[in-house]
Amino acid sequence: MSRVVRIAANTFREAVRDRVLYNLIAFALLLSGAAILVGQISVGIERLVVVNLGLTAVSLFGVVIAIFIGIGLVSKEMEKRTLYTVLSRPVRRWEFIVGKFLGLTGTLFVNTFFMAIGVFAALLYVSHKFQSSDAWILVALFFIVLQFLILCALALLFSSFSSPLLSAVFAFSLFVIGSFAEDLRGFARMSRGLAQGLATTAAYLVPNFSALNVIGQVAHEQPISAHLIAYNTAYALAYSAMAICGAVLIFERRNLK
Amino acid sequence: MSGSRKVTVTTSVLLLFSLASSVFLLRRLDQVRTSATLEEVLYLNSPKWVRRLSLGYTGLLADIYWTRAVQYFGSKHVTRATDYKLLSPLLEITTTLDPKLIVAYQFGANFLAPKPPNGAGQPDQAIALVEYGIRNNPDNWKLYYELGFIYYYMESKDYAKAAEAFERGAKVPNAHPFLRVLAAQMAQHAGEIQTARMLWQTAYATTQDDLIRKNAVAHLRALKVDEDITELEKLVAAYRQQTGLPPSSFNVLIGAGRLLGVPVDPDGKPYRLVDGRIELRNPEDFPFVEKGLPPGYEPGLPKFH
Repeated sequence: MSRVVRIAANTFREAVRDRVLYNLIAFALLLSGAAILVGQISVGIERLVVVNLGLTAVSLFGVVIAIFIGIGLVSKEMEKRTLYTVLSRPVRRWEFIVGKFLGLTGTLFVNTFFMAIGVFAALLYVSHKFQSSDAWILVALFFIVLQFLILCALALLFSSFSSPLLSAVFAFSLFVIGSFAEDLRGFARMSRGLAQGLATTAAYLVPNFSALNVIGQVAHEQPISAHLIAYNTAYALAYSAMAICGAVLIFERRNLK
Repeated sequence: MSGSRKVTVTTSVLLLFSLASSVFLLRRLDQVRTSATLEEVLYLNSPKWVRRLSLGYTGLLADIYWTRAVQYFGSKHVTRATDYKLLSPLLEITTTLDPKLIVAYQFGANFLAPKPPNGAGQPDQAIALVEYGIRNNPDNWKLYYELGFIYYYMESKDYAKAAEAFERGAKVPNAHPFLRVLAAQMAQHAGEIQTARMLWQTAYATTQDDLIRKNAVAHLRALKVDEDITELEKLVAAYRQQTGLPPSSFNVLIGAGRLLGVPVDPDGKPYRLVDGRIELRNPEDFPFVEKGLPPGYEPGLPKFH
């Protein structure tokens, strides 16, 4: 277990060294600019804009980081030949994959934490005080972190057998398709025969990112049900575990020579 | 068992378990978020904004919004809902994204115009939708036909506007010849049932869509029943006038030489004569009839044969 933690810590350090957290500067500029400007160009939607823009930016920045760091986790180590040094020590392949996954999700968690502080600071600036419904923003942020978990696992899965470019294409495509997952299930329900079977299988295999997107709901101060929080959490964990298992199975058999 | 094999077996079992869990959880999520996708529409209900945010991929997004409109209508219709507040915005977004999506005008108007529970009961929005479709597709005669149809089927039948819509459509190149006939019939306000029959026959003849055809057949069957019962009511009234009493059964009318045999509905089932009223034996088989329903009868959802 300590080996997994060490790999995770190294992955986190490496991401920080790669100046991944510099995106926070862009995020801070975007949000402070929006908070200051929106009050001057619009009426009555300051809070709405800050919540929508803030949470969307947290999500999109994180998605880009998850995909572009995730796809290089294995290939970069192979390119730099550091993977062979790691695996020549008593480190198992599955430990390497799980460690990398935890390191990347840790990076994204820290990144999201700082962005969340930015969102709440901007919210305080435009609203002058917090209200009880602002707590739902924390739930939306939690769901965004769950999205990152799934995306990191998928990026790692693709990078375990494909080139970085193709892995990025696959992961991004799945993100887009997953964002329309509920429509896909709608198509499945409406189709008949073989098409229904194929659409239903596809609908259950692609990740359901739409259920994890509650930005619109919290921006309008609507509560999120406890059931949704529980099911989304369990779903994100199950789906990530499935993708990580796939990555481990492929990586275990991969010829690294 | 070697270390690598152990890892493979354990990971495979875990993979299958997490796959099954994710499918199970997705099904639970579907139950928790029954109308979540559609609720999102409320947050972004400006068609212009949706168009801008589509980044040029308006065709695909229009298809998605059209599917959402169909699902929304279907899910509400099944529960015999009377409130369809999202239908109009959904159709507006769909047609703004793709103004050439003719089906959205055709079906959309048919979802919007009829009174609940058969539709949203919003004929004004239906007319606005089809007029928008005509502005963007002035050479499509089917849209003029839809427009005339809505004016004719509105609660207060607007014959003048229906005639005008059919007349405008008749001038479009390659328009169906029926449009001119319909325009003339509307102008005369004549023969309610005959006009309605012609409208539904045109609907049947000008579409390949199975659902529209079944709907047209259901309406034609209902018109036949309405027509039969109107004639039978005249006979009953004439008998009552002559004898001072309503006939106790069809056999009395047959005996009096007013009928040749027991009259039957389009399914071949005999009508019933109850206390001087003509009733259908199986009213649930004729969802759109206006006559022949037993007192207190609550119609179910339309079922197509």
